Amino acid sequence: MSEREAMEFDVVIVGGGPAGLAAAIRMRQVAPEATVCLIEKGSEIGAHIVSGAVIEPRALDELLPDWRERNAPITTPVTQEEMYFLTEKKGYRIPALERVMPHIANHGNYIVSLGEVCRWLAAQAEEMGVEIYPGFAGAELLIERNRVVGVATGDMGIGRDGEKGPNYQPGMELRAKYTLFAEGCRGSLSKQLMEHYNLRKGVDPQTYGLGVKEVWEIPAENHRPGLVVHSFGWPLDDRTYGGAWLYHFGENLVSYGFVTGLDYENTWLSPFEEMQRTKLHPIFRPHFEGGRRLIYGARALSEGGLQSIPRLTFPGGALIGDTAGFLNTPKIKGTHTAMKSGTLAAEAVAEALTTERVEPASYTDRVRNSWVFEELHSARNVRPAFARWGSKLGALYSGFDAMVLRGKAPWTLHFKHADNETLRPAELCKPIDYPKPDGKVTFDRLSSVFLSNTNHEEDQPVHLKVRNMALWKTVNWDVFRAPESRYCPAGVYEAADVETEARLVINSQNCVHCKTCDIKDPTQNIDWVTPEGAGGPNYPAGM
Amino acid sequence: MKILVPVKRVVDYNIKVLVKSDGTGVETAGLKMSMNPFDEIAVEEAVRLREKGAATEVIAVSIGVQQAQDTLRTAMAMGADRSILVLSEESPEPLAVAKVLKALVEREKPDLVFLGKQAIDDDMNATGQMLAGLLGWGQGTFASKVELADGRTEVTREVDGGTETVSLALPAIVTADLRLNEPRYASLPNIMKAKKKPMETLQAADLGVDMARRLTTLSVAEPPARKAGEKVGSVAELVEKLRNEAKVI
Amino acid sequence: MTVLVLIETEDGQVRQASRSAIAAAGKLGEVHALVTGTEASAQAAADAAAKVPGVAKVRKVASDVLAHDLAEPLADVVVALADDYNHIVAASTASGKNVLPRVAALLDVQPIPDVVEIKAADTFVRPIYAGNALATVKSSDTKKVLTIRPTNFDPAAAEGGSAAIEAVVPNVTDTVSRFVSSETPQSDRPELESARVIVSGGRGLGSCENFHKILDPLADKLGAALGASRVAVDSGFAPNDCQVGQTGKVVAPELYIAVGISGAIQHLAGMKDSKVIVAINKDPDAPILQVADYALVGDLFEIVPELTNAI
Repeated sequence: MSEREAMEFDVVIVGGGPAGLAAAIRMRQVAPEATVCLIEKGSEIGAHIVSGAVIEPRALDELLPDWRERNAPITTPVTQEEMYFLTEKKGYRIPALERVMPHIANHGNYIVSLGEVCRWLAAQAEEMGVEIYPGFAGAELLIERNRVVGVATGDMGIGRDGEKGPNYQPGMELRAKYTLFAEGCRGSLSKQLMEHYNLRKGVDPQTYGLGVKEVWEIPAENHRPGLVVHSFGWPLDDRTYGGAWLYHFGENLVSYGFVTGLDYENTWLSPFEEMQRTKLHPIFRPHFEGGRRLIYGARALSEGGLQSIPRLTFPGGALIGDTAGFLNTPKIKGTHTAMKSGTLAAEAVAEALTTERVEPASYTDRVRNSWVFEELHSARNVRPAFARWGSKLGALYSGFDAMVLRGKAPWTLHFKHADNETLRPAELCKPIDYPKPDGKVTFDRLSSVFLSNTNHEEDQPVHLKVRNMALWKTVNWDVFRAPESRYCPAGVYEAADVETEARLVINSQNCVHCKTCDIKDPTQNIDWVTPEGAGGPNYPAGM
Repeated sequence: MKILVPVKRVVDYNIKVLVKSDGTGVETAGLKMSMNPFDEIAVEEAVRLREKGAATEVIAVSIGVQQAQDTLRTAMAMGADRSILVLSEESPEPLAVAKVLKALVEREKPDLVFLGKQAIDDDMNATGQMLAGLLGWGQGTFASKVELADGRTEVTREVDGGTETVSLALPAIVTADLRLNEPRYASLPNIMKAKKKPMETLQAADLGVDMARRLTTLSVAEPPARKAGEKVGSVAELVEKLRNEAKVI
Repeated sequence: MTVLVLIETEDGQVRQASRSAIAAAGKLGEVHALVTGTEASAQAAADAAAKVPGVAKVRKVASDVLAHDLAEPLADVVVALADDYNHIVAASTASGKNVLPRVAALLDVQPIPDVVEIKAADTFVRPIYAGNALATVKSSDTKKVLTIRPTNFDPAAAEGGSAAIEAVVPNVTDTVSRFVSSETPQSDRPELESARVIVSGGRGLGSCENFHKILDPLADKLGAALGASRVAVDSGFAPNDCQVGQTGKVVAPELYIAVGISGAIQHLAGMKDSKVIVAINKDPDAPILQVADYALVGDLFEIVPELTNAI
């Protein structure tokens, strides 16, 4: 402890995504004297950002109204939109989308690389005096007299055996009057905070999705910038929530990806393979002809919506963005709500800095009185309807909710199960026969992971902590046949020696920091903790 | 004793670069950039010599675009005392770089210049040797060990089939190979402190150096892709294929 | 057009890499071979070089200062002869890479390292980004100074020619550099960068002891160099100079046998130009299998000894 250096700030922000960066910018707008430090575990801002992304500019309009003059990389407006219900061979286009699924209509929205937007936001924040340090993970909560007083970055140069190596560098304490946690979905410190302060008391379990994404470059003659395509139905069964997206944007780029609800039941399901095989569907395949795949990545997202948002504040800080669960699932958008939550938290912290209140509690009221609440409230029953009644009935309910009730249903549907509780034993599940990769449109997992540019210094402790290895054999293997080897989109988990004495191999260097293992492991036996800073994917521009 | 350490900003070691679809070059826009790994080793060696008291000052220099200042900040976070940014187009040729460095050497009068043996982008492996030639100094390239004594430096070099040790009169040029050391991490406190270390900015033109390129890149192509071959079922089959099909044993 | 090729010798023979340089230079014009050394070693080298078909003339420069191929005097020798030549060529060996850039600087020329293909007298193909891209570059310098990658040019034969030998008066006296010693590890193995066959090991070998117990006999049998993945080097299984990969050595042998190497991209970047790749790995999904010509999935501890016996 004593060897760590410490530095004091008014505000420390953990995580350089849209929420953290919006909070940083807002802090300097409303409290120009406040010192603001933001850390990011990726090697640079944007390195760990995965999103579709179609963004609604509402929060940005409010935060930086002159974003166009500031040359924000937000330049492809949505011009055309298609939604399909897929069967194995056919796609049925949903007519009158604006009326049937008004939440999904994208008029006025933009297709972006969210990583690029974050890099741009970071440049704005730095210009406004925010200190930004990428390559450093918030590894440890600093809690004193039950108040969060900051975070410590991780030690560097600890060997795999846990011993200090020749290049050992202790972490640093970043102490703050208020600390904002913007770690994105399933933040590792947020998880500890929720437990320590019992923040989830009285709310529904969070439910998650896993988005697996590719960026393609396609021939100019096939590129239709502004085109947005979504699908649901095939290849998922009716009990599984999810679907594909495909957006044409930028210079001959296509963002394609697939979200699978992590409350899926079939242990044989592989979100990665669902993403791959959907590309072969006649609705999607033509988009990839003559193209080449540039980038691959994956990230979990929070789908629970309003019912699953925990208490947002605690002594000394707050949760913002998707680690709190602000994503609007029916809209499949969370950037605008994440940014808005960061903006509101910054305002609350600015107020608390003057009143010296221990907890920036006005943040919760600010959220409740904002459009974020209104939006999430009207969307609140859609995702649980899918969980309860399956895809087709869920979609019907969703249309009814939107067109007839206009989101104002007098009831609220609840999530009954956390995602780790939904898997069914392997012998009760139907194995899924995924097609072999063709190397042109579809690919295997490891060559995909290459394109995430992920890397972790080899000689460091494994950052995927299995609490009880014996449990893996008796539960994960004996009952579920190693679901982690299928849900992990980066090939981190392998079941080895399955013919004799099955054991789990963890290739932690492949990890793309999606957090799915932390979420979906049946007995919550895996803890995702931060590896050495700068480890993980290096998503380039375009992601 | 002063040590000058030129550092280059390159596409990060972890990034897989892609050839532009129009064949004009490699796509580098929007990629994570870092200090050339061999240059990190050079910085580390220079800083160690200063920490041992053998050197008094370590000066990092980078020649390139404005963003190369990030690379210089990293060098200073690792321990360089100050830095010089010489603005030019991105990734100038080694000949031009060597001429800029020669001008800086004449100004700063270091006793040693430590460079990485090559940059991992253009893979030229030339700047150190060229600077040595222009200055008429001795060169200890591909160094795996550097010692100082009696106004000379003894450099152990990685050569084909082993190592070779040469003794060079100071001032001299050393280029770092992989085994020389394992560079330290730039720690967060040191990154914060590095923000306050001095960085001077110059224009290449101010140094009177002609930066014109001598090589024109006509095209850049992906190397022919390797295809996955076949899985063989047994050692015997493998040996048979290597003998009769591939004819390599 | 006349081309000067720097010659390295080994055991009285012109090194294969230099014979590749002679072959490459032959595409550019008449080849003159430059041999240097002490009076005795330069004469021996000259005799060997004269026998290489394709060499039109051997130029011999002898001086005690030139005994050890030190870059400083050697570069001065080349520069003194440079007026006679349009191209100055060496193999991209440790020595070639040490000397030629210095020569180029003294001639105010931008060198062209690691040429893998000669398109024209002024146009060359060379790898960049550790071989992940091939750049075709055209030089505007009047003289071209280049190193060629030996594995990309079939070497000229060692015997069969009979070139004239011309002794050149050396222009070097003392120098800022002195040779101290040379250390060759106790090994009969070829050098990694010029080996015809490489046996390379990775994490799958588990320990330094296993690394040598399993791989040495196979390498001995094949007369192969030993390589290693970064993981294997980092784990202490193999010395650093064995590392094949982006920051290690980039190799292109005729046969590369990857044992227990998963094939991280950084490793593939260092060996994917090998002519034939064999992968022995227990993981059928290991990325190395994507580039291997022949893959044998199974336990390397059984397969490799069996392979050693079968060859």
